[in-house]
Amino acid sequence: MSTPQPPQAPPAWPATPDSRTPGYTSPIPVVRTHLGHAIASEWTKIRSVRSTMWTLGVFVLLVIGIGLGTGALVASSSSDLGGESPLALGFFGLLLGSMCVITLGVLTTASEYGTGMIRTTMTACPSRGRVLAAKAIVFFLVAFVVTLVAASVVALAQASMLENHGARVPTGSEWFKGTVGVSLFIALLGLLSLVIGSIVRHSAGAITIMIGLLLAPLVIALFMFAESLSKVRTGLLEYSIPNQLSVFYSNSLTSSGPTGWDPLWIALGVTAVAFAGAFVLLEKRDV
Amino acid sequence: MIELEGLTKRYDEKLAVNNLTFTVRPGVVTGFLGPNGAGKSTTMRMVLGLDHPTSGDVRIDGKRYDQIEDPLRYIGALLDAKAVHGGRSAFNHLLCLAQSNGIPAARVHEVLDTVGLTGVARKKAKGFSLGMGQRLGIAAALLGDPRILMFDEPVNGLDPEGIHWIRTLMKSLAAQGRTVFVSSHLMSEMALTADHLVVIGQGRLLADTSMADFIAKNSRSYVRVRSPQRERLLDVLHEAGITVVETGGGALEVDGGKAEPIGELAARHQIVLHELSLQQASLEEAFMRLTAQSVEYHAHSEAPGGTWAQPVPRGEWGADWKKGA
Ligand SMILES: Nc1ncnc2c1ncn2[C@@H]1O[C@H](COP(=O)(O)OP(=O)(O)OP(=O)(O)O)[C@@H](O)[C@H]1O
Ligand SMILES: [Mg+2]
Repeated sequence: MSTPQPPQAPPAWPATPDSRTPGYTSPIPVVRTHLGHAIASEWTKIRSVRSTMWTLGVFVLLVIGIGLGTGALVASSSSDLGGESPLALGFFGLLLGSMCVITLGVLTTASEYGTGMIRTTMTACPSRGRVLAAKAIVFFLVAFVVTLVAASVVALAQASMLENHGARVPTGSEWFKGTVGVSLFIALLGLLSLVIGSIVRHSAGAITIMIGLLLAPLVIALFMFAESLSKVRTGLLEYSIPNQLSVFYSNSLTSSGPTGWDPLWIALGVTAVAFAGAFVLLEKRDV
Repeated sequence: MIELEGLTKRYDEKLAVNNLTFTVRPGVVTGFLGPNGAGKSTTMRMVLGLDHPTSGDVRIDGKRYDQIEDPLRYIGALLDAKAVHGGRSAFNHLLCLAQSNGIPAARVHEVLDTVGLTGVARKKAKGFSLGMGQRLGIAAALLGDPRILMFDEPVNGLDPEGIHWIRTLMKSLAAQGRTVFVSSHLMSEMALTADHLVVIGQGRLLADTSMADFIAKNSRSYVRVRSPQRERLLDVLHEAGITVVETGGGALEVDGGKAEPIGELAARHQIVLHELSLQQASLEEAFMRLTAQSVEYHAHSEAPGGTWAQPVPRGEWGADWKKGA
């Protein structure tokens, strides 16, 4: 600390003009650093790079564009929703948009390894867990708020566009799941990406892993024709990320599997385990 | 004060740092010298807790780096000037560092001004030249007005004016009572800045000595004399009991640090002199001799085998200085 030092014993090394000085004390007030400082720092970081604007910009465009597009398409056609909830149409935009959130999540951690910035970061905040926590909190809040805004805009627009097209009026719980629920799920998916980025330490590698996780189970399941594999096939389908996302709109591709808020708890569990792994690795490895 | 105690780092097969024990004291500039791959950067990373030592310990005023509550206020370090997110402006880069340690934003403007980057504060770091990047790294090191400063090859990429500036800066920082630890490959550079010297080679400590001692021990000074009446001059010097070494090009070398007696002697005997100059063997040569055994990455020049002023049995060097320090 920069509190005044007790006078030191005379130096044993050859005298220099300043060997009398016991040490330097700065006039700047000393602050004990805590998580709040790390969060402020990460907030400055995330808002001061282009990749944030790009990924979130494209995300909002995809979610709102596709959401309003499908809504308009259904509204202009003669088709009838037959008592379905209109919110379900927000699904496609969010599914595509989730790739942007994944990318931003990965970049939040992995890009620091690519640039070498991580060494500067860890020097400024030697508590590695604190750095990871601050990144996670800032990213999660940003991803959640942006998704919530985009999803709510789409949900409101679709509900009003499709009122006269056979859509039923969504219940309060459907509204909640279709806005807050999906936003929590997408933000958690992004958080998992952030954690994978911290483990893999390589942006392209981590993004590839996450896109694979997003799409592979569904694609693999589609090609599992063998009867003996039907159980595995159903499992892959049910627990694939797209299907879990659709559960929030209660239009699951399958009849069994996760229901209600299950996808959120599953995502939370997986992310928590990955987070613990990332934390252990972060402490163990050299930066 | 930075204290290293048996500090060792092994990367798989490679022993990068081998049982280093030395202390970096406040109030002086301590130069950290070694050839490429000697382990200087690795040592500095371990001081900052970035790399875990394989064995041994490093303490900063008695504490491990991660026990320091206000790290930037305590140690400022320039490790790698390129360790910056290129898409972020100089200002935002420094701002996020300042915020992580609760340092007021006004301080960012101050350090930008100190290093002369105020004009490009809002420009992205990836557009910076080598020297500008180095200045940004120095600004980050100064941000917390720390008591300890550590610079890994700070003059890298700086122009002569910048080199002069950083030299003055390091000296004035030490003069304020701060601990200044700076690495370099260049002995000549260190001779101008450092008060104390730590030399390593292949991860091992080769010397830990004061700069003055190093210079005294290693700079052989001699007087070079050239004369058209060379034979006569040799005789006269011989008669006076002065030992002379004949070198190529017709010059004579007289050991010792004084030119006057030789000039006066020549005048008394009316010998014409074309040159009478005091010469010093370079410290660079002394440094190269010291580390010769531990240079890993040799470049092969056309004329192998350096021309040392004075061959010295190698084994004695490090041992001798360690005793003296
Ligand atoms: N992360 C790492 N993994 C494996 N080996 C490493 C690592 N970092 C350093 N080394 C090795 O350790 C040795 C010391 O490297 P270091 O960068 O510390 O040397 P240096 O003295 O800073 O050299 P230079 O003057 O070239 O900067 C080198 O042989 C290097 O190859
Ligand atoms: Mg180095």
